[in-house]
Amino acid sequence: MDVTKIKNIDKITYRGEFDENTSPRKNLPEKASKMLPSIREAIIKSGLKDGMTISFHHHFRNGDYIVNMVLDEIAKLGIKDLTVAASSLTSCHAPMIEHIKNGVVTHIETSGMRGDLAEAVSRGLMDTPVVFRSHGGRADAIASGDIHIDVAFLGAPTCDIMGNANGYNRYEENATMCGSLGYAKVDAEYADCVVIITDHIVPYPNTPCGIPAVDVRYIVEVENIGDPNGIMSGATRYTKNPKELMIAKQTAEVIEHSGYFKDGFSMQMGSGGASLATARFLREKMEEQGIHCDFALGGITGQIAEMHEAGLIDKILDVQSFDLRAAESLKNNRFHAQIDGCFYAGYDFVGAAVNALDFVILSALEIDTDFNVNVLTGSDGVIRGAIGGHPDTADGAKMSVVVGPLTRGRIPTIVDHVQTVITPGVDVDVVVTDQGVAVNPRRPDLAEKLQEAGILLYSIEELKERAEKIVGKPDPIKYKDKVVGLALYRDNSIIDVIHEIDESDMSR
Amino acid sequence: MKLRRSMMFVPGNNPGMIRDAAIYGADCLMFDLEDSVAITEKDAARYLVYNALTTIDYSPAEIVVRINDLESGLGIQDLEAIVRARPDVIRLPKTATAKDVTDCEKEIERIEKEAGIPVGSTGMMAAIESAEGVLNAPQIALASKRLIGIALGAEDYVTDLKTTRSDGTELAFARGMIVNAARMAGIDALDTVYSDVNNEEGFLHEVNIIKKMGFSGKSVINPRQIEPLHRTFRPSQKDIDKALAIMDAIKEANAKGSGVASLKGKMIDKPVVARARYLLELAGIEVDA
Repeated sequence: MDVTKIKNIDKITYRGEFDENTSPRKNLPEKASKMLPSIREAIIKSGLKDGMTISFHHHFRNGDYIVNMVLDEIAKLGIKDLTVAASSLTSCHAPMIEHIKNGVVTHIETSGMRGDLAEAVSRGLMDTPVVFRSHGGRADAIASGDIHIDVAFLGAPTCDIMGNANGYNRYEENATMCGSLGYAKVDAEYADCVVIITDHIVPYPNTPCGIPAVDVRYIVEVENIGDPNGIMSGATRYTKNPKELMIAKQTAEVIEHSGYFKDGFSMQMGSGGASLATARFLREKMEEQGIHCDFALGGITGQIAEMHEAGLIDKILDVQSFDLRAAESLKNNRFHAQIDGCFYAGYDFVGAAVNALDFVILSALEIDTDFNVNVLTGSDGVIRGAIGGHPDTADGAKMSVVVGPLTRGRIPTIVDHVQTVITPGVDVDVVVTDQGVAVNPRRPDLAEKLQEAGILLYSIEELKERAEKIVGKPDPIKYKDKVVGLALYRDNSIIDVIHEIDESDMSR
Repeated sequence: MKLRRSMMFVPGNNPGMIRDAAIYGADCLMFDLEDSVAITEKDAARYLVYNALTTIDYSPAEIVVRINDLESGLGIQDLEAIVRARPDVIRLPKTATAKDVTDCEKEIERIEKEAGIPVGSTGMMAAIESAEGVLNAPQIALASKRLIGIALGAEDYVTDLKTTRSDGTELAFARGMIVNAARMAGIDALDTVYSDVNNEEGFLHEVNIIKKMGFSGKSVINPRQIEPLHRTFRPSQKDIDKALAIMDAIKEANAKGSGVASLKGKMIDKPVVARARYLLELAGIEVDA
């Protein structure tokens, strides 16, 4: 008998005849459980040490309590020099500034940043530049080990005692929901230790689930995981802003005549006012022309969910739900699927869903005459946005449409050079503003189709000049030498750097 | 003929709205220095509108500026600045008599001369906002060659009548007077604003009434009202086809050197042609002269 062919044969043992002393299950300690009484206990049990990497998700948006609660406990335990790898950070995370000053957090990986934390980082708060990655880029980096997560602290609106966690609640009406846990699913799969923090322990099995118990090591029940109003509002409302409506109507026209609007198409839309309103106008066109959509991807809104329920969209691939209506649909509709960040946009994954998109509608803070788009830094050079899935979808989709007003207040949206390149011009096909449409010269085919349909096209330079004629040309922003942020493209190569802003001469 | 289906109010002290006014496709833009501007903001608004008109290209919209009334003392200051910015039309508020129009015209003419602007190039329109004005509508409409139209301002008018805005009954007489006076003088008649911007149904109801009465168009206070307004004024395909047939018949008759055109055995007289022409313009179809 040759058993050496059986790999790891030495790890297979023989226990002898089963009785109460040898049965492994019956031998578990009396109170063996993943449940821990406090976040503090979970940090200790997780083995977190100086220099490690912890991760968080941003599905609770501006209502998130998890990041601040966990960092406060870590600080109390005296653990230092941590890397925070969050799927994104927002203005509610301002308390992190103190933890950075005290040396608890020394490096940040995120998709975006806003509010006081972003202001402080832009003014040189950190010694190490913040690394900004796209949602797809982050998922890849975690899967490849470029970002090695030691402990993931993942908030969940519900969890059973085994660790099956969800972004919604099947047992209670009006309970806190965040819908999809798409970005957190990647952390759960690859982190060395996963701690679920929830405020609703629900009966087993909490299935179908966003995060499966097999990925979860510890569970902590807390009073509140977040502020429900900050996590999600009822249903994202249609805009009444006439300018956004105009942009939306024009965008729908562009899509209709792009050649991609035909039976069985696929799409992704943002949650901004113009983007949502585009969904409404597209819906009208779909109903009029009897066209249906194979799948809608990405951040999902109630409008998309309603189109799914009306039979206009076959399937929804939901990596992040934008409103309660979308979260309800995820809970109730079989073909509204919860997907993870790698499935959504991973660059190394040939089958990433973004690569199957016909078109995507995206927003922009700035667009330059090379069609480069900035969604991260404001016109004052301060970080005030997020990369999100911008470059992932713009690159993946057959057509990317970037929408925005030609001017915001006194600031032109179309400029000579964006402050920070997030999505390169090669990935941007059409720009729709309230004052005209421009097609990237790399897409003469598209320009021809739109012109045939009677859509008036301008060159991007003409739009820029139009904007400057109205609001003038802003003085260039002054920066210091220090690099405070690195912006990465979807393949995790550096596409731009963000410098510390120089406010020494603000007398103008 | 200039289409004046929509005249969009743009508060003279709102830089954002002034900046964006061009983009919504209104036939006329009415920059307001009067009621939408607080007394403490009057000079700032005047300065802002002057600079906007001399900086921003609003074409193809017709540019109208509503000044304060001359009696207030502000109106003359408005004229001094605004006439020099070369708007298409100065809108005079609270017009009660023909003299209100001629008084204003004299000032405009003086400023045109001082500024070296061709005399007569600044158009005028008069807003009628009182019982007196309504009863004087025919004289007002004929008071100046500069007048391109007269308009009803309903808020002040219903106050003057000691009533309130309701289903339109309260405005029936004023609307009738104004549209007849305007058409008698060969100028446009513009209806008052509908302020409940979220009530599209109510807005459309009112638009249908004034369209049937013969008004050229209506003032709007929100860009969202423009599209439904223009849609209502758009002729039906049946009417367009008929008008095109009339124009073809005229062309044919002209080619034959015949002075009389007919369509399906019926003679086409002048009013029929004029109506067909107007209808095609409303439909956005170009007609040969």
